Amino acid sequence: MPRLVSHPDEVKVLSRRFGQGATNIDKYIELDGYKAVQNAIAQGDAMAGWIIDTMKASGLRGRGGAGFPTGMKWSFVPKTSAKPKYVLVNGDESEPGTCKDHVIFREDPHSVIEGTMIAGLAIGAKMGFIYLRGEYRYLLNIVEKAVADAYAKGFLGKNIFGKEGLDFDIVTQTGAGAYEVGEESALMESLEGKRGIPRIRPPFPAVVGLYGGPTIINNAETIANAPHILLMGGPAYAALGTERNGGTRLFGISGHVERPGVYELPMGYSLRKAIYEVAGGIKGGKALKAVVPGGASCPVLRADEIDVGLDFDQMAKAGTMLGSGGIVVLDETVSMVEFALRTIKFYQHESCGWCIPCREGTDWIKKTLTRVYLEGGQKKDIDNVQYLAENMMGRTFCPLGDAAAMPTLGFVKKFRKEFEDYIDGKKAGTPVMTTEHDLVGAGH
Amino acid sequence: MSTIANSIFSPELAARFDKLVTIYPLKRSALIPMLLYAQDEVGYVSEAVIQEIAQRLDIFDLDVRSVLSYYSMLRTKPAGKFNVQVCTNISCMLRGGYEILDHCKKKLGVGHKQTTPDGQFSLEEVECIGACCWAPAMQVNYDFHDELTPAKVDEILDGYAAGKDGK
Repeated sequence: MPRLVSHPDEVKVLSRRFGQGATNIDKYIELDGYKAVQNAIAQGDAMAGWIIDTMKASGLRGRGGAGFPTGMKWSFVPKTSAKPKYVLVNGDESEPGTCKDHVIFREDPHSVIEGTMIAGLAIGAKMGFIYLRGEYRYLLNIVEKAVADAYAKGFLGKNIFGKEGLDFDIVTQTGAGAYEVGEESALMESLEGKRGIPRIRPPFPAVVGLYGGPTIINNAETIANAPHILLMGGPAYAALGTERNGGTRLFGISGHVERPGVYELPMGYSLRKAIYEVAGGIKGGKALKAVVPGGASCPVLRADEIDVGLDFDQMAKAGTMLGSGGIVVLDETVSMVEFALRTIKFYQHESCGWCIPCREGTDWIKKTLTRVYLEGGQKKDIDNVQYLAENMMGRTFCPLGDAAAMPTLGFVKKFRKEFEDYIDGKKAGTPVMTTEHDLVGAGH
Repeated sequence: MSTIANSIFSPELAARFDKLVTIYPLKRSALIPMLLYAQDEVGYVSEAVIQEIAQRLDIFDLDVRSVLSYYSMLRTKPAGKFNVQVCTNISCMLRGGYEILDHCKKKLGVGHKQTTPDGQFSLEEVECIGACCWAPAMQVNYDFHDELTPAKVDEILDGYAAGKDGK
């Protein structure tokens, strides 16, 4: 079971109910739960505008990885629509290094439900879906119980909170194992009972989404922030972070640190401090080698590149991404050749096969790196890997192609010498994968 | 009461499916949950499961097969009563995920996607299961087990073998 952690530098907004039994609806209400949504309803005709203005003022940006401003996303939905509008909450958390939604669903499921309602009221939707990855069955059970409890209280269904004519329903949904379904258009396909392959955009989901209706799709953490933002006010939330990067976020720090865990830190917090102070430094007092700062798809940072603030803009300036907030820490024992292979092995397995540059690119990078790893490689393999990755970039319908190419480019560019030495028989680190480990499995 | 005569599912699951097809704007949205819940009960997605789900959703068998082949948790052959899924993705790898996988292989005497002769355990190397901060981690059926060591794995697997409920 996820072990909760704590550090004095944390600013607990989203996580303030963690560890307090807030899965119980009465406890959640006692801790200011379902207050924000009632405040919104009390705005009467100004409700939608009030919510969207508050969200815009908060500077909240999407916590799934892309960092799109949430208030702006909500404002893109047309006011009137012939087809029903929907809210779709993405809890298909699958980016390696990321386990923050896991903790939210386990500790504070009602915040996701309340956030879904708020998003629905903002765009005029009467139905929301909360989609959890299939592996999260125990969390789905928790969320389903929470939804049932909210119905029993009259918070969901017809005439919510006793307000005549105001209806909102929530349906929970399980996936069945597919990283690609975390991509918003593939998520809609999956929820419509199809293979999780991406849709061509435009039209964007805010105009033509689920079942053809205008749809907003937000990560579970993004949605869970909404009630807190309405309660504290947009500017107060924004002030916790940095310019254009409002608030706090959950950072999952994993790998070679003394105290791995999910910590809530202000946007812009130092990556170095997050590793050395919050997470207690490198495990066993070893030296830091590299950091994958925002889930497996983010380009790696070398040990000398970690004096950077954890917000979307500063990370972009440092040549990487804040991504999903999953910080993976690598010590000096790691072989970058092996780590690069393990990373591409994942993306090759998860490529849905729809776009040829991604399907073939991930496969050939994996094959080439496998040959290098198993000591049959040549120097030009490194160039070939780089060439393949560069030619995947921007050439696919969804970001999975980029997600596979970007870290690959980071590894071979920043650690090229280590790849060359490996081919020359001088191995760094202590690799663990062997031919016994499904290295050349079929994938897809 | 099932809307399908001679349902292959238990009365409880049949009733659940009757309701599930009514809660979405389009009933085909029930397909993926139905496949997974059917697998939970039957053990795998059999031909009969495919036929009945297609019938319940008014879609072709082929539509069901197309979706079935896409999702990694769905299987068309039985697994062990306890399906042991060891994560070896990056965060788990850094904290000994491969050691845990090797230990499971040795202890159970089976490899990736194989089942013990008595049908009790099957083993799978899986991609990230969302337990990165508590690595290394594995799932046995839907139960999460984390911060694993070989000794802890022994204790967990022995517990299942001694009759802990697999569902």
